[in-house]
Amino acid sequence: MQSILNRIVLFLRTRWYVALIGLLLLVWLAIRFRENPVLFAQFMVDGIRLGFVYALIALGYTMVYGIVRLINFAHGDIFMVGAFTAFYATTHYHWGFLPAMLLAMVVCAFLAVTIERVAYKPLREAPRIAALITAIGVSFFLEYFTALDFVFTPNFISYTPLPIKFKCGDIAGVTFSNIMLIIIAVSTSFLVLLWYIVYRTKLGKAMRATAWDKPTARLMGIDVDLVITFTFAIGAALAGAGGMLYVVVYPQIRTFLGVMPGLKAFIAAVFGGIGSIPGAFVGSLIIGMVETLSQGYLSSTLRDAIVFSILIIVLLFRPTGLFGEAAKEKA
Amino acid sequence: MKGKFWSVLSVMLVLGLLLSACKPAAPKETIKIAILGPLTGDVATYGASNRDGAIMAFEEWNAKGGVLGRKIEWVLGDAQCDPKAAADAGKKAIDEDKVKYIVGAVCSSESIPISEYANEKHVLQISGTSTNPMVTVDKEGKTKPYTFRACFIDTFQGSVMAKFALENLKAKTAAVVLDVGNDYIKGLAEFFRDAFEKGGGKVVVWESFVKEDTDFSAILAKVKDANPDVFYIPTYYDKLNLIGAQAKQKGITAVMLGGDGWDSPDTDLAACDGGYYSNHYHKGDPRPIAQDFLTKYKAKYGKDPDALAALGYDAAAALLEAIKKAGVDDPTAVAKAMETLKFEAVSGTITFDQYHNPIKNAAILHVKDGKIVFEASVAP
Repeated sequence: MQSILNRIVLFLRTRWYVALIGLLLLVWLAIRFRENPVLFAQFMVDGIRLGFVYALIALGYTMVYGIVRLINFAHGDIFMVGAFTAFYATTHYHWGFLPAMLLAMVVCAFLAVTIERVAYKPLREAPRIAALITAIGVSFFLEYFTALDFVFTPNFISYTPLPIKFKCGDIAGVTFSNIMLIIIAVSTSFLVLLWYIVYRTKLGKAMRATAWDKPTARLMGIDVDLVITFTFAIGAALAGAGGMLYVVVYPQIRTFLGVMPGLKAFIAAVFGGIGSIPGAFVGSLIIGMVETLSQGYLSSTLRDAIVFSILIIVLLFRPTGLFGEAAKEKA
Repeated sequence: MKGKFWSVLSVMLVLGLLLSACKPAAPKETIKIAILGPLTGDVATYGASNRDGAIMAFEEWNAKGGVLGRKIEWVLGDAQCDPKAAADAGKKAIDEDKVKYIVGAVCSSESIPISEYANEKHVLQISGTSTNPMVTVDKEGKTKPYTFRACFIDTFQGSVMAKFALENLKAKTAAVVLDVGNDYIKGLAEFFRDAFEKGGGKVVVWESFVKEDTDFSAILAKVKDANPDVFYIPTYYDKLNLIGAQAKQKGITAVMLGGDGWDSPDTDLAACDGGYYSNHYHKGDPRPIAQDFLTKYKAKYGKDPDALAALGYDAAAALLEAIKKAGVDDPTAVAKAMETLKFEAVSGTITFDQYHNPIKNAAILHVKDGKIVFEASVAP
């Protein structure tokens, strides 16, 4: 308790301007809330829904980064593949919602493992920038390859019929939809499951050990390659589920679908502290809300500018993000 | 020795190629026309309809013996509804395919860059569907001599809708959303706002989005809060499907209004149910030429034509009429002939004003229970 207080005092002394800006922001939001509470609540609710979808993507970014120190830019495109898989499963083969989601997760996991084996593993000992550029290459490959006529299509597809019927409710003027509740339920259960895997299973222990120190983990008898494969698979499975949820809310599927959500989720992961699982979650929720609030109260054209400046500000002033620890560089 | 042999051979080959290229062209060559438009991408159905309409016109003329006694040959180019891709497609058609005439493009953001290059190269362009004013006039307000169109322009379309909202729907307040990066959508939205406010209405929500957006919840929350009488969504069908569906989910009851961008087989009619939009053509048009077009199009392609198909057909037909009237295969003479052309087209009688825009009526269509019905015809 004492130490937390001390840290807060220290923070206020050294970074008083941050606290001041934060306070001003809160006051401004409070004024807006007083003006029209219903509208404000609606923005918050929409922001949370968006945030939960980002969280499913951001978790994959952050887990992979935590373990192999690679920003996997192809992650947003795996998200897109998940969306297409679920679409074909539900519309062409009439699968139910949950089986389709499971299928999307499995397909994405296999895809990510293949990508990891083909594109990233040979570069594991290469400079990190080489792997990063490869990741961008893989991302472009997935986008343009799937845009070919015989793969998916360069045109957008409308997701009809949706696997679940849209139902909307109203609580004191604030609209909720059943899909929003499904998104929150699915994301939360995956988050709990992920937390369980990482902190309560042997595999999770091995993952944390690999993240901490790869050579030593290997010396302790951990199959590091297998752990890395698993990390990619889990991250991609989450993205696959996220992809399906995303196209159910925004029923328009195209091969460039993953680009923007992928970038936003990446910003959320950096904001929360890349490598940190709770950080990715909290970061995503905040980014989702920043998006809707800035669109609602400032200007809809400024929204992306604001979100991207968050990335720059975080990188400038707190590169480790909200929950990140100081980088543990290993020789 | 061996090296010398190869170099002599290659020089001879090159010379041979050069000489063969200089041979005089065969008489009675075809008249080559490019059809440009988005064949892939978010609005691919526009490009497909435009292409099908234009090709139908070319085939009909070819069946009658072509124009000036020469057959018509066409090349396709994919402009992707994107200024950069359009400029490339236009350059390719003009420089590589050596066309002297272009039918297209479809989106205004395609036609504007193409028109700049076409006018520089003295290539005649007639767009069936690009409605932004800047397609036929340059930044100084001067008419581009080689660019025409077969559709009415955004000013007209935006103000027609405003007039319709004020007079027929008795609307007092309006919400408007627009894509700031798209000349067509922005044009429609601005002209609607100007005309609506001039007529005593009030625009209570004016919000923009970008092409990549899929989530409109914040904008729609504002619209719902403002509760306007009409909601003007002058976007293409891809965004309309998203915005309309999300608006319905949010419980927005304002009457949705739109422009000809709504006209597509892929439009989700449930998303814009109860809405009205302005269009160039409606298949219920009783004039014989329109009914004739409808039957022929149905026979050829097995579906009903949309406005883009009708306009593609009209643009191609107008071009061929002008070539016939000019009597020579020369874009400059054809452009002169086009300026004074008067002809009965599927989408109405076309004469061109001083800005190369046709003067004709707009149709207001009503989306009702999954069907599109003719509501009114509004004169300029």
